[in-house]
Amino acid sequence: MTQTLTKYAGYHEAFQALESSAPKSTPPWLHELRRQAWSRFQQLGFPTARRGNEKWKYTNVAPIASAAFSHPAALPSGAQPTAGRVKQLGPSAPGWTNLVFVDGHYSPALSTQPGQAPGIVVDNLSKATVSSPQLVQPHLARQAGFEDDGFIALNTAFLQDGAFIHVADNRTAPAMINLLFVTTEGPTPKVTFPRVLVVAGKGSQVSLVETYVSPAKSRYFINTVTEIVVGDGANVEHCRLLLESPEAFHVGNTRVYQGQDSTFTSAGFFRGAALARNDFQVLLDGTGANCTVNGLYLTTDSQHVDHLIGIDHAKPHGTSRLLYKGILDGKSKAVFGGTVMVRKDAQKTDARQTDKNLLLSPDAEVDSKPSLLIFADDVKCAHGATAGHIDANTVFYMQSRGLDLATASRMLIHAFAREVIDTVQAEPLRDYLDGLFSQAMPASSLRFGGTP
Amino acid sequence: MPLLVIRDLHASIGDQEILKGVDLTVNAGEVHAIMGPNGSGKSTLANVLAGRPEYTVTKGSVQYQGHDLLAMPPEQRAREGIFLAFQYPVELPGVRAWQFLKAAMDAQRQHRGLEEMSARDFNRLLQEKVQQVEIDPELVKRNVNEGFSGGEKKRNEILQLALLEPKLALLDETDSGLDIDALRIVAEGVNRSRRPDNAIVVVTHYQRILNYITPDFVHVLMDGRIVRSGGAELALELESRGYDWVKEAVS
Ligand SMILES: Nc1ncnc2c1ncn2[C@@H]1O[C@H](COP(=O)(O)OP(=O)(O)O)[C@@H](O)[C@H]1O
Ligand SMILES: [Mg+2]
Repeated sequence: MTQTLTKYAGYHEAFQALESSAPKSTPPWLHELRRQAWSRFQQLGFPTARRGNEKWKYTNVAPIASAAFSHPAALPSGAQPTAGRVKQLGPSAPGWTNLVFVDGHYSPALSTQPGQAPGIVVDNLSKATVSSPQLVQPHLARQAGFEDDGFIALNTAFLQDGAFIHVADNRTAPAMINLLFVTTEGPTPKVTFPRVLVVAGKGSQVSLVETYVSPAKSRYFINTVTEIVVGDGANVEHCRLLLESPEAFHVGNTRVYQGQDSTFTSAGFFRGAALARNDFQVLLDGTGANCTVNGLYLTTDSQHVDHLIGIDHAKPHGTSRLLYKGILDGKSKAVFGGTVMVRKDAQKTDARQTDKNLLLSPDAEVDSKPSLLIFADDVKCAHGATAGHIDANTVFYMQSRGLDLATASRMLIHAFAREVIDTVQAEPLRDYLDGLFSQAMPASSLRFGGTP
Repeated sequence: MPLLVIRDLHASIGDQEILKGVDLTVNAGEVHAIMGPNGSGKSTLANVLAGRPEYTVTKGSVQYQGHDLLAMPPEQRAREGIFLAFQYPVELPGVRAWQFLKAAMDAQRQHRGLEEMSARDFNRLLQEKVQQVEIDPELVKRNVNEGFSGGEKKRNEILQLALLEPKLALLDETDSGLDIDALRIVAEGVNRSRRPDNAIVVVTHYQRILNYITPDFVHVLMDGRIVRSGGAELALELESRGYDWVKEAVS
């Protein structure tokens, strides 16, 4: 045990500090949850790419495990980003509900709630665990179990703040809920543990976007957990946006639970971060549940992004659509591990998963492994993966109409990306993403393959 | 000054020489037909003129409006008024035809020192051309050539021709695979674009399209060389006597 303690001494100290300085109002069950999670983390530690560890086969987290980070125990007292600056950091639109978190802590000054609607709770977690424990406790840490995952265990041990969204049965959240997690520049690299819990009651509807962003260019480690419960007949639209610093380590775990006849639609957008891990698991645990999980990643330089996506069909008549698309430049590397599981009971499942990659540079690399695990016999399933360069013949066709190489390739890359961007329903968000990705389209180091 | 002067043009792909000394002069206001059997180098000639990078010019020169055409990148040739209607038009996945055509138009206008067209003006012009070439208006809302039938792709090339109003249009087998109605529409589109200040080079294997577009000159390309040139009557002679007749005559 002593060895483990010294190994994670920094986290141990931070954990002690968190527990001893916790406000009196912190409910005992939360203390207990943290302690259990901390104890589990000490046993699990950070994952290693050892043999047989399929989930971490292509991603080495040693740079995270071996680095020292400081844990900001509270909202930074000094200079915080201004409201105007915060608005520029992520998507925004009039009428949205905005919750802003700085270094993992809720900032009331930067957040705006245009008025409460009946049956809708949108709050920060550290407040909600105290003010509405009856809504929080039954769901918190239920979808994201920390028994087998060191990162989830660590996040749960440091569970302190984040967003809580609760929509009562048959209610519709009137506005987009915009969650912005900002990591600020500091004298030493920081670690933060944002947490999001979304509970959509039966027949309810809600749309949310989570954005993780930093105005800094420096190194930090952000370890997030998002849990989403989609009740029977409910409809949740979700968007997750990574705009981290180019030096950042981002490990995100998302766990989604779907009830009967529920609909869950998610689109993830990934830019920034030196190392990003997106572990996204959806459990379709009710008959007739329907999910769409899309993703778009754009990597440059020596970025590394690792997507581990799981769709678990546990009940019959479910539908799932999984589409991830990657644009890879420089020496960047992407990993896509997609698993669609169809359990024995899940007859009449209709599942499709696709990963498509556009390689803009000869040094970029993708490891794409979509897989199907089917235990039912009456199902419709398909999967595929592609990786290719921009086609020379295609570019020549565009040039022959007067477009230069850079414009032509940018148009093609943008068109490739738009298949995912266009799945976002909320227009201001879609426009924002479209602008974001068209600006980011790399025009350099393009290599063309293909034959005429 | 002639619009286009090709002198002793040799072009290869890899180690294989395809054009083995082509000479051709095209003046503004003229329509030329280049005919020849499959594999004789017709598409190669058209593509070399448009600047396809796979081909290497090993010898000879091409003057376009008095400038060295071969020194220009493909987009500059387009902006200077060269248009190639592709034998096999290319699908642009996810790129809307409208957006593509507007971008092409803007690039060409900018090169000529003209202002960018407003979306409204462009729309009006596009609709006019859509009606002229009798193309389904829905096609310009779709992705470029994606899922288009063969005939639709060819008509889409003619739509672009009508829109961009080039000085030198190179039509590579635009007639192949078209039924008679489509052929008539394509030919009408070409005839409408005929003006005293531009020229059209029709590349074709068959004489059929020349019933609708009457050429001023007909050239026969064989094994990378123009082996015979004449007036419109040469096409008819080829139609009745076949390419073997020319082959025998030149050998
Ligand atoms: N991209 C290419 N790669 C290899 N060979 C080619 C290519 N393009 C043309 N060729 C060859 O060059 C010759 C002429 O082709 P092409 O110009 O297409 O003839 P045409 O249009 O008259 O049918 C043919 O033998 C053809 O196989
Ligand atoms: Mg040809």
